[in-house]
Amino acid sequence: MTIASLLSTPSELTDTASSKCAIVLMTRIRLARNLAGRSFPGWARDPQRAEVLEICREALGGTAPMKRSVNTTVSELTDLQKQILVERHLISRELSGAKQGAGVVINKDQTVSVMINEEDHLRIQVLRAGFQLKKAWNVINALDSELEERLDYAYSPKLGYLTACPTNLGTGLRASAMMHLPALVISSQMEKVVRAVNQLGMVVRGLFGEGSDASGSIFQISNQTTLGESEEEIIKRLGSVLESIIEHELNARARLVETDAPKLYDKIGRAYGILQNSHLLTSTEAMNLLSLLRLGIDLNIFPESSRAVIDRLFIETQPGHIQNSARHDLESIQRDVLRADKLRTEFAAFAKPVFTSNGQN
Amino acid sequence: MASPLKCDLCSNPATVHLTQIVNNKVHKVDLCESCAQAKGVTDPSGFSLADLLLKASLNPESPVTGVRCEQCGFTQNDFKKHGRFGCPQCYQAFSGLVEPMLDNMHKGTAHTGKVPQKSLERKTLHDRLGELELNLDDAVKTERFEDAARYRDEITQLKQAFEQSKSAH
Repeated sequence: MTIASLLSTPSELTDTASSKCAIVLMTRIRLARNLAGRSFPGWARDPQRAEVLEICREALGGTAPMKRSVNTTVSELTDLQKQILVERHLISRELSGAKQGAGVVINKDQTVSVMINEEDHLRIQVLRAGFQLKKAWNVINALDSELEERLDYAYSPKLGYLTACPTNLGTGLRASAMMHLPALVISSQMEKVVRAVNQLGMVVRGLFGEGSDASGSIFQISNQTTLGESEEEIIKRLGSVLESIIEHELNARARLVETDAPKLYDKIGRAYGILQNSHLLTSTEAMNLLSLLRLGIDLNIFPESSRAVIDRLFIETQPGHIQNSARHDLESIQRDVLRADKLRTEFAAFAKPVFTSNGQN
Repeated sequence: MASPLKCDLCSNPATVHLTQIVNNKVHKVDLCESCAQAKGVTDPSGFSLADLLLKASLNPESPVTGVRCEQCGFTQNDFKKHGRFGCPQCYQAFSGLVEPMLDNMHKGTAHTGKVPQKSLERKTLHDRLGELELNLDDAVKTERFEDAARYRDEITQLKQAFEQSKSAH
């Protein structure tokens, strides 16, 4: 499979059928793994990295989930392709900037991606739309076991899987959920939530990980520690933290509707108007507007059937995706024009808001 | 009162004191205002205490030993510079540095999760094979031919088992 055909194939995140969950947009699990007796990518010399890349690409190509996949080196990818993969959460920014000897293998429906020679020899990732921690764990656990039959992992009985950074030791597992928390943001409760989540040993980040902003009220919540607990325990603990954040978000929504409905409905109605009529939209503004419409769907202001459109547009209005739909290189202002064009077209056919219900769902 | 606390990252006077309690274990980081700002501690979209703890443990004032990883040549200074190790073997070479760090960084200090059973079995087989080959050489040299024959048979058996486990998938 080529990268070009992969990018034009419907993916887990842009697929219209898959999104069902109101608050958790997507679940991801990654495992950090390294080959025994070989220097970690950051310390290895070019020929050593090239060797690891070859070994890993071959091993991955033989596994069941990767039968139909793109199996490429990073240097073969164009800057735009890399950006699109980052926007789809299939590779990290770090990998896209990697020097020689880095690679990635991505399966056809884009639920499994394995980065080679990022910070560790292998960063295996499974991604699922909605709140599906257990399913994602089952898939990644099976792939990891299959790989282990072909590769000698660096492992110590005491410290578990050995990783370049000691913060990933043990399970090497990072589970995360992308959460849409507009009501907590509107009612200025996010800071409190972040503090509480930190107290529980979990980390809150923006949409694209460390250092990124939380445009669209989308946050990533993940476990902070990897050693001293089993994979199942980590996942269970994260799951219960997520459940409690969902509850807080739902409470915040109910309170907004109860105490300040006109202000909330005004925000949603205006967002709808801008999406239908604007001619210049930055990706951050688009995210924030789409986020309000998604909240509108949760409050039954728009029909449930429009949810998939919004979730797809969260991805498709990112800069790389907009650039990809054009034939020639665009300046950022031209992208803003094209983004607004696309959204006007999409929202011309979008259901009209109905504010008659009292917003409860 | 003791002398004012120094920032864990740059040794200016610390004015921001973070305490996190995870599972009844207290994790503390002291920072000066500019480091706290730089690390996003004041940013509601979050920061990683684990990262801070890691960097704090790399404080330039902590003592440096002359330890070097035999496998990859990595030194403790390299770790201070990169915050990452050179190879899996480094964890043995720098165990004195790693162990105190883990207590602060993680929930526990011992792995209780998945075990790569197949990898380990292969390694055991491999190590045993190496050992037998040495024994065989030794037996031949000292003309203990009965022993040598025994070692040779065992080697053949092991190699067969090795091949079988390989072709099983």
